[in-house]
Amino acid sequence: MKIMAQMAMVMNLDKCIGCATCSVTCKQTWTNRDGVEHIWFNNVETNPGVGYPARWEDQRRWRGGWRVDQSGRLCLRQGNKAERLARIFNNPEAPSLDDYYEPATYDYQRLIKAPLTGLTPVARPLSAITGEPMAIKFGPNWDDDLGGSALWAARDPDLEAIATKVELAFEQSFMFHLPRICEHCLNPACVAACPSGAMFKRVEDGIVLADQDKCRGFRMCVSACPYKKVYMNRLTGKAEKCTFCFPRIEEGQETVCSETCVGRLRYIGVILYDRDAVGALAAADNPLAACRSAMLDPHDPGVIAAAKSDGLPSDWLDAAQASPIYELAIRQLVALPLHPEYRTLPMVWYIPPLSPLLEATGAMGGDDTDADDIAATVTAMRIPLDYLAQLFAAGDQAAVAGSLMRLAAVRQHMRARSLGRDDSAAEAVGASPEDLERLYHLLAVAKRSDRFVIPKAHHESTAQVAAWAGGCPVGGGPGATRRKGRA
Amino acid sequence: MLDLMLFAVWPYVAVAVCLVGLVWRWRVDQFGWTTLTSLLSEKRILNWASPLFHVGALLVILGHVAGLLIPKAWTVALGVPPATYHLVAVSLGVVAGAMLTVGTVALVLRRFILRTRLRLVTRRGDIVMYVILGLQIVLGLWQTIGFTALEARPSFDYRDSVSLWFRSIFVLQPDVAAMTPAPWAFKAHAALAFALIAVWPFSRLVHVFSIPIGYLTRPAIVYRHQGS
Ligand code: SF4
Ligand code: SF4
Repeated sequence: MKIMAQMAMVMNLDKCIGCATCSVTCKQTWTNRDGVEHIWFNNVETNPGVGYPARWEDQRRWRGGWRVDQSGRLCLRQGNKAERLARIFNNPEAPSLDDYYEPATYDYQRLIKAPLTGLTPVARPLSAITGEPMAIKFGPNWDDDLGGSALWAARDPDLEAIATKVELAFEQSFMFHLPRICEHCLNPACVAACPSGAMFKRVEDGIVLADQDKCRGFRMCVSACPYKKVYMNRLTGKAEKCTFCFPRIEEGQETVCSETCVGRLRYIGVILYDRDAVGALAAADNPLAACRSAMLDPHDPGVIAAAKSDGLPSDWLDAAQASPIYELAIRQLVALPLHPEYRTLPMVWYIPPLSPLLEATGAMGGDDTDADDIAATVTAMRIPLDYLAQLFAAGDQAAVAGSLMRLAAVRQHMRARSLGRDDSAAEAVGASPEDLERLYHLLAVAKRSDRFVIPKAHHESTAQVAAWAGGCPVGGGPGATRRKGRA
Repeated sequence: MLDLMLFAVWPYVAVAVCLVGLVWRWRVDQFGWTTLTSLLSEKRILNWASPLFHVGALLVILGHVAGLLIPKAWTVALGVPPATYHLVAVSLGVVAGAMLTVGTVALVLRRFILRTRLRLVTRRGDIVMYVILGLQIVLGLWQTIGFTALEARPSFDYRDSVSLWFRSIFVLQPDVAAMTPAPWAFKAHAALAFALIAVWPFSRLVHVFSIPIGYLTRPAIVYRHQGS
């Protein structure tokens, strides 16, 4: 047993309004350079929809993540080491700009410089890469809010996998937003696939990073990541990815996307995991249960003793015990991992969204005369359970229903409390009233210090500090120069 | 005099530039040490042209090693008649050369003609490298087909000339006289080969030294400490 700490995140999808503030502030901070125009460390997708890059969940095409072979061994979907090294001269599964999109800008000069005529000048779209006029055909938010749903939402790989027939006519459909960053997985496929050893996971906080100096541009990480969250820089030919804002995290600050989220729906905290158990958990029969059991109980005396003997600082242990992530994911069982069946043991989890009730509650098998029938409520919601289960539970509808029922119970319990009524909501979901009130607090009124419990990094070692004195790693170089002929 | 410069002095200058350049680049430019993959800008042509080019190039290199380093006397002693050797060498050489040529032509067209995107990610070192490589391929094919393949009993056998000179370089006693009978195409090819070696450290060719051998034995997940 080797206990290590991991920075993890939970997003409460009920509160996401799809404003994409997180995407924009992240881009302004990290990827506003040349060569990374197409890179969105954070992107927000509409579900149902194709996401970014389009149909990233279609692992038959991209062959990302891990699978378990006949003999029960865990292997990358891309094949064994020999098969992967055979792809060194070409990598058909790695996306190109044609798979992402051609980033565009507009010919704004035209608006200013057009001669005075009776006609309104038009700013044509120009490729942000070549500067040539272009037609915009796709982008990371192309099907935002179900735009063009018959064409785009219909191609959602999760819809193909479920039994429920989903109506895509705008008035009959449903939608919710899914903000995505790198999952900083416990069993990162990107790291395992990197031939150069440039991708690595940090011992102290589990953040997965790409070492720009060691990267040789083999682009194996890009195809191996099932979430498509490693990207190639167009100009340097090197891998870049979400850094979990580690310079901020080390100072105890939340990530940029979390700080600027208008819905205040992101939570960050520490969880403890056993590094020696990762391989077995990733290969387990039930991937959702495996993800859950990867998060160890920070109050368990055995875990505490092992963590101490493995050198976990006491302030980190305190943080793990106060972790909002552990509370939401394990104690309350409301947060779920995104596509646990990819077997990377992802560490950014989601609280699935509640949604309006279908009119035909009775037809769904519940009691439509009792608005408080919690079990009926969740099966009668407009977002089909099996769709959510496809995203967040490897198909386990009971797990999603459990989460939604508890969320519904919180509302019912708090309503009854403020009306001075008795209620049985807590019992109905097997929780105590205190549990529900704690959950209410965390989901509804939590302060910043409750949402982000981030211990500072221990920088005692002077060698480490000296290593950083080298200045800005992204200054100069091709990424920092502007191309001629562009403002 | 020209022969002396090209075949006694230039090889050592080129190798020195290469070695010093490699050490320098390795020490100051880890960030630039890369294949400079252009897959992001275009992948449809790359998908078939790149393996064709690389496998072709590897075969061509193997062929050169065999032809230049293995003395004629050895293959004769092994009982390989010169005519058989000639036939095998020429046919393998033509196949490898064709792969390399088709791959290179496709990659050059792709980079400089078909896609504007790719011109934007092309560096000066790449262009110099492409010019030398292109010339080398043309000269190499010319020799293989023009001088060697079309004649059943070739009038000029490089294994009695170029190979002797090439091996003499390693023992620091360049045998310039061995090169004298070589036709000009062979001479140009030999001299340009060292030009390729000289520009090596300053181009993307450095990625040849990044063959990920360690990957075969490394544990899947790499853990590193903060700041290390
Ligand atoms: S989500 Fe992040 S850590 Fe996981 S495989 Fe992809 S890039 Fe690696
Ligand atoms: S900033 Fe918050 S509310 Fe807005 S899209 Fe991002 S996660 Fe959703």
